[in-house]
Amino acid sequence: MIEAIREAHDAAMAADERVVVFGEDVGFFGGVFRCTAGLQEKYGKSRCFDAPINESGIVGTAIGMAAYGLKPVIEIQFADYVYPAYDQIVSEAARLRHRSNADFTCPLVIRMPTGGGIFGGQTHSQSPEALFTHVSGLKVVMPSNPRDAKGLLLASIADPDPVIFFEPKRLYNGPFDGHHDQPVESWKSHPLGEVPDGDDIVPLGKAAIRREGAEVTVLAYGTMVFVAEAAAEETGVDAEVIDLRSLMPLDLEAIVGSVQKTGRCVIVHEATRTSGFGAELMALVQEHCFYHLEAPVIRVTGWDTPYPHAQEWEYFPGPGRVGEALKKVMED
Amino acid sequence: MTSDTRPLSLNVPEPGCRPGNTPDFSGFEIPRAGAVPRPPVDVDPDAIRDMAFSIVRVLNKDGEAVGDWAGALSTEELHEGLRHMLLLRTFDARMLNAQRQGKTSFYMQHLGEEAVSCAFSRALEPGDMNFPTYRQAGLLIASGYPMVTMMNQIYSNAEDPLHGRQLPIMYSSKEHGFFTISGNLGTQFVQSVGWAMASAISGDTRIAAGWIGDGSTAENDFHAAMVFASTYTAPVVLNIVNNQWAISTFQGIARGGVGTFAARGHGFGIASVRVDGNDYLAVHAVAKWACERARRGHGPTLIEHVTYRAGGHSTSDDPSAYRSRREAAAWPLGDPVERLKKHLIAIGEWSEERHAQAEAEVLDTVRTAQKEAEAIGTLSAGKVPSPRDMFEGVYETMPPHLIRQRQEAGF
Repeated sequence: MIEAIREAHDAAMAADERVVVFGEDVGFFGGVFRCTAGLQEKYGKSRCFDAPINESGIVGTAIGMAAYGLKPVIEIQFADYVYPAYDQIVSEAARLRHRSNADFTCPLVIRMPTGGGIFGGQTHSQSPEALFTHVSGLKVVMPSNPRDAKGLLLASIADPDPVIFFEPKRLYNGPFDGHHDQPVESWKSHPLGEVPDGDDIVPLGKAAIRREGAEVTVLAYGTMVFVAEAAAEETGVDAEVIDLRSLMPLDLEAIVGSVQKTGRCVIVHEATRTSGFGAELMALVQEHCFYHLEAPVIRVTGWDTPYPHAQEWEYFPGPGRVGEALKKVMED
Repeated sequence: MTSDTRPLSLNVPEPGCRPGNTPDFSGFEIPRAGAVPRPPVDVDPDAIRDMAFSIVRVLNKDGEAVGDWAGALSTEELHEGLRHMLLLRTFDARMLNAQRQGKTSFYMQHLGEEAVSCAFSRALEPGDMNFPTYRQAGLLIASGYPMVTMMNQIYSNAEDPLHGRQLPIMYSSKEHGFFTISGNLGTQFVQSVGWAMASAISGDTRIAAGWIGDGSTAENDFHAAMVFASTYTAPVVLNIVNNQWAISTFQGIARGGVGTFAARGHGFGIASVRVDGNDYLAVHAVAKWACERARRGHGPTLIEHVTYRAGGHSTSDDPSAYRSRREAAAWPLGDPVERLKKHLIAIGEWSEERHAQAEAEVLDTVRTAQKEAEAIGTLSAGKVPSPRDMFEGVYETMPPHLIRQRQEAGF
């Protein structure tokens, strides 16, 4: 997935000289996760460079660049570090178009590794997507595999509005289904690990059905897509697993179509539960599918605690917990 | 703990004067006009460290323009400058009154600070970009932005270019080099550095100007702007308008132990200059110097405009609750309009009669614009933007959930 993200940068930079890339350690070194490796060498220091450790400065300068007419693609080293930039993202990037009546706009992509499963503790594991889906004017994207990562990143760079692009870091090196005690699988043997050449986009706002099923709909994104698939296989529940890919805009049609078909719904995310994106999904399912539901909708999420270190796997909503929810929603 | 260790106590700075006290600016050091030399634009910031503690002044007490920084403006340009400041002052007075009459919700005036934005505007080239705060409308007025359009924005009427979405006075005009104003403080300062970096990345020749108030220099974005401007030698002029007051908080609360706001630039290796913000000629000369420095690739300049907010912070503020009513009159740098007027009279290019005539003409211009704007509408009457407009422009293409919400709202 790292290579797919790097390729997306490369394709976008080659196609459009307005695309500039910067962030902490992204220049000479190519990023702590290597997602921008080789770009400085290929495109020069003025199009790919290291930034001071100041997230509001990184986002703030990128907003100025976007207002000038460039297309900045910036990296926040970990999603956990984005909070100092929150004012710039919420009050500025998200608002320029509306408040100036499109006199100024902000075509800007803010990438950040998200989620846990790497023993990162509370400052390298968070999933703050709901803090951004709550903000009007932003788009929020989270791929679950290399093919989507490239296509969605290219779509985000082409988008005329600011996009928050979450990269589930536990998926960087392979599909991960939550069985942390089993050997790490690489993307090489997974069909979604095959990334097409060129600059084909995956459109924002379109979900993908990862596993077709008739009994229950599982709404998931990022790492949880693979966890949900594993839970379905292991419990034998015929679940339809929907990978949302883009949280804002959201593919409501795909969600409603599936839940109306199955009559049951389980929502899975790694982020904390209260006011998480699952709450929005649950509300939408209730509004649009109430008379089709055979059972109460269930959420499986991270607990409402800071992301712990030693207790990582007790916090992480793994296939065991998702499987329990699948069984429960079938019994109800 | 040794026997001579005493309990600590917190230092909370206080202004020299509160309501009921006699204003005393005797401790405020004002160098004589012409005392500060004009260095070459490619000067090493280290060589002019003293400029962050002095004040560049051109007009002396007799209204004469003296020293290295004088002589940059023609008589015609000076007349124009005076007219711009009069326009801004009159515009402010009329709009303040319109707010009190309920024609808009809110207003912020520039009283006493007119020279800063009016003079700075004349140092920029077409295509340069300001990232202003809410108290630099002189940038628009001096660049010929239509006054009626400003009023339409203030009234949020049907011709408001921002379609009623923004607070009054939060203008936006890319064409006039005026970035959309945010109500959040300090955010635009670092954006101006990014815009300037983009110009350099693109091999352009345009420069940016960032603006911030004395109080907001305490914001993180001020420091972010300084480090990015310094690191990338961004072609930007960073302006601090030190008008002494951040609502009710005197400038000492944001400044802390450092002598001046301009001195903040030293830690970043940025050329840092203080200027008499009530001296139209000095502001223009320093702005011109800093803009040339940026445009020639010598990097950023931090300018502290030393001025005084003679009015309230906004229409929601009553300064008599926290400072002496006599303080504005005691402010030692005087009034920018009076000082330029005196200069023009001193050089034989103006008179009391011509001034009175100019004031009458300006009032007529502002009144005519106001009639035109009010014929369209105000916040309380006439043609207003459609409620449908609030759903537009959140994104370039309206996403499905907003279409549904607009239908639900019935627009």
